[in-house]
Amino acid sequence: MKYSEFKNVSLSIVWFWLFIFALLPFCLVIAASFMAHSDTHLMQMPFTFSNYLKLNNPIYIRIFEKSLFIAGSVTIICLLLGYPFAYIIARSQSRWKNLFILLVIIPFWTSSLIRSYALIAIIKAKGVLNSILLAIGLIQFPLPILFTNSAVMLGLVYNLLPFMILPIMTNVERLDNRLVDAARDLGANRFTTFRKIIIPLTMPGIIAGSILVFLPAMTLFYIPDILGGAKSILLGNLIQNQFIISENWPMGATFNTALTFLLATLLLIYVFATRSHKRREWL
Amino acid sequence: MGDYALAKNVVELRGVYKSILDHEILHDINLDVREGEFLTLLGPSGCGKTTLLRLISGFEEPTLGDIVIDGKNVSGLPPHQRHVNTVFQSYALFPHMTAFENIAFGLRCQKVPFPEIKTRVAAVLKMVKLEKYAERKPNELSGGQQQRVAIARAAVNQPLVLLLDEPLSSLDYRLRKAMQIELKQLQRKLGITFIFVTHDQEEALSMSDRVVVMQEGCIEQVGTPRQVYEEPSNLNVATFIGEVNIFEGEILSTNGNKQIHVNILNKPRIVKSTRHFTLGEKVHVLIRPEDVRVWNQHEVENTTDMFAGTVEEVIYKGTTVDLIVRLENNKIVSATEFFDEDDDRLEYKMGEQVWVNWTSGWEVILPYEI
Amino acid sequence: MRISSLSSSVYFTLTYLFFYIPIILLIVYSFNNTQYSLLWHGFTWRWYVELFSDSDLWISTWHSFFLGIAAATIATWIGLLAAVCLYRYRFFGRNFLNGLVFILILSPEIVMGASLLILFTLVHLPLGFMSLLLAHISFCIPFVIVTIYSRLVSFDKNIFEAAKDLGAGDWLIFLRILVPLLWPALFAGWLLSFTLSLDDVIISYFVAGPEFQILPLQIYSMVRSGIKPEINALCSVLFCLTFILVLMSQLALRKKV
Repeated sequence: MKYSEFKNVSLSIVWFWLFIFALLPFCLVIAASFMAHSDTHLMQMPFTFSNYLKLNNPIYIRIFEKSLFIAGSVTIICLLLGYPFAYIIARSQSRWKNLFILLVIIPFWTSSLIRSYALIAIIKAKGVLNSILLAIGLIQFPLPILFTNSAVMLGLVYNLLPFMILPIMTNVERLDNRLVDAARDLGANRFTTFRKIIIPLTMPGIIAGSILVFLPAMTLFYIPDILGGAKSILLGNLIQNQFIISENWPMGATFNTALTFLLATLLLIYVFATRSHKRREWL
Repeated sequence: MGDYALAKNVVELRGVYKSILDHEILHDINLDVREGEFLTLLGPSGCGKTTLLRLISGFEEPTLGDIVIDGKNVSGLPPHQRHVNTVFQSYALFPHMTAFENIAFGLRCQKVPFPEIKTRVAAVLKMVKLEKYAERKPNELSGGQQQRVAIARAAVNQPLVLLLDEPLSSLDYRLRKAMQIELKQLQRKLGITFIFVTHDQEEALSMSDRVVVMQEGCIEQVGTPRQVYEEPSNLNVATFIGEVNIFEGEILSTNGNKQIHVNILNKPRIVKSTRHFTLGEKVHVLIRPEDVRVWNQHEVENTTDMFAGTVEEVIYKGTTVDLIVRLENNKIVSATEFFDEDDDRLEYKMGEQVWVNWTSGWEVILPYEI
Repeated sequence: MRISSLSSSVYFTLTYLFFYIPIILLIVYSFNNTQYSLLWHGFTWRWYVELFSDSDLWISTWHSFFLGIAAATIATWIGLLAAVCLYRYRFFGRNFLNGLVFILILSPEIVMGASLLILFTLVHLPLGFMSLLLAHISFCIPFVIVTIYSRLVSFDKNIFEAAKDLGAGDWLIFLRILVPLLWPALFAGWLLSFTLSLDDVIISYFVAGPEFQILPLQIYSMVRSGIKPEINALCSVLFCLTFILVLMSQLALRKKV
């Protein structure tokens, strides 16, 4: 390749930055997970596996299971709510289509802290929801929603729904209408077309959206914090705890590394699914 | 046509090969491009003509062989140091610059002083008849105008050779025809050598001084349009350019007068050829549809030289009528005749019995190929 | 799949309402002339006045803006260089870089925050503006790369060959052709980075120091202590600001050269 000063200078800057602020810290986390904790030092040298063994603690396992359950439920709810929505927008021929998309992007950009806060006013005991329900007589006593798992799930769904909608929307937009027409022409009814053609072809979008919802659902700590209160500890809060409150960095690093493996597994699933999907696409 | 023996070669290709990842794209290319000529590289998609163009322009390097431009071997030289410029198929105009700025771009890169840039750009704009459009951006110009800007942008740098990669392929029929004439005139005005790439043989024949017919990475024939059409050097060229009927034959006798007796469909005929053949050699006899004559049963008396056949298809094309005739031994012959409204002779019906003939001397004899 | 128009319209509207009702309520209540009750007690600017006279909040806001502008600007430049290199050149580690960008976008912020904390502590970098700046630039870069790259792939690749054919070197191509053509994407990328920086809670939580207070963290601690009308006003203002930024960004991206 001919020498290009521009290319070399640019690549040097980019590699330098990413190496120091992305790759290196990541390696440090893995290294830290093998270190010991002490009262005097944040992390101490003798390499040890003890942190990983401590992962076997029933409390941690329960928190992990709970996080998994909540994140999984949230992902499924977002999928059920978000897919039809994304589909409708993507296939819309309306001249307001751009406006519709804009209205989805706005929540995506606004601080989810603010939006979660906005939810509090609605779901608290003296909040709007309860007031309305009491007023129309559906319930006798205010529903205790705030500071429960439901509140946390509501908050997560509320914040993460755009993350499910946007990837599916872009995927559906790229769906070749002619494939649907071809299926219908060959005699498939609407339901079969949906099941056998549309869903498989939009699978990459579904998987992307699911990953974009599932991972934050497991690790966003401020939403369980403000909506679930002190009782609600999920994986994110656990890590937050280890680093800032108990200052047990090696343990925190261990959780982080375990989390990263989870991410890697999901990514592999995504890559595998999109590759085999490409092979199946015969058009 | 001038005496080409004295004209200089502005581009020479010697033993050029090009392979990409073990796939051979160009095979043993030897070509001389004369100064001031309009040369066309003609061939189907995938024959390597665009690759050849890119080797000359410098965007790719040959795997083997030499490319000489204006007497200098240019291997390793980047595009802008070769004194050639390219007009791309998609025009590749810079969307954010006006026509003027687009054309001036090359001159600015060469650090030509601004007053000179102004005059030169104005001159070339005048030549492509776009003086009033200097301040327009590409998206404000029609396809044909964009193309002229692309040509102007390349030509203003006064290159030795202008390389054009299928520049007319995205234009509609009418515009294309008009642009073909304009390009030819432009080339004469500019006096620059043009190397033009196309897969449209009609375009190649109508515009070029010489045509290079390529197939599968090899040069099949180099010649004037007339040579390539009327004296194809092999079957590939003959079938690629225009329609052709191919008969098999056998040499019955030769005599010094370049007249050959050939056995076609068990009928001896006298044909003419400048090639040398031996007795008994198998050959192909080629005749273009427009040279084939079809006669009604009652129109002719002496049919000893003719072939009997049945009309299978009549295709009216406006200016011409195509006839598909099936001869007695099931050979299909295609004949094209100019449609004359008053001539009853041309009222053929399907299934009609006819006689097929052609003027001796208009055929081409080629050695037998599989 | 065609559901009846009516039911899809209803579903559509309900979802939008789901998104926006809490926010609209928030904005409405920021004008509510009452401290605790949720009943309407009259329109008032009171909370906004209190908001604007809260000097602590002003300092945090100024800090966040300054941080956001600095981080967005630097991230945009680095991201631009990265996107251009990925698009134009083949180089050793190109696929790796591609994958890295992809992973960085998907990575949970908590992993990034914790890892940067460890890094900064190891090199004895005091937590404050610098640590925040470096962290914010780092998490914005992948988003800038994606924004710019998706614009780059819509270009006619022949433009660069034409430029080279006419004698332009790489720097010239970058400055005279790429940057002018990419301007809308640069702008959108900058706005996205700015917003991400302004809204970031998790990573900032890990790497912020006591000296340099930023807005999201301040809001976080305020929110944990319950609802206050002042917070309503603050959130409303921030929401409107983001709204305007999104609008600007989308308009810029829609512009076709």
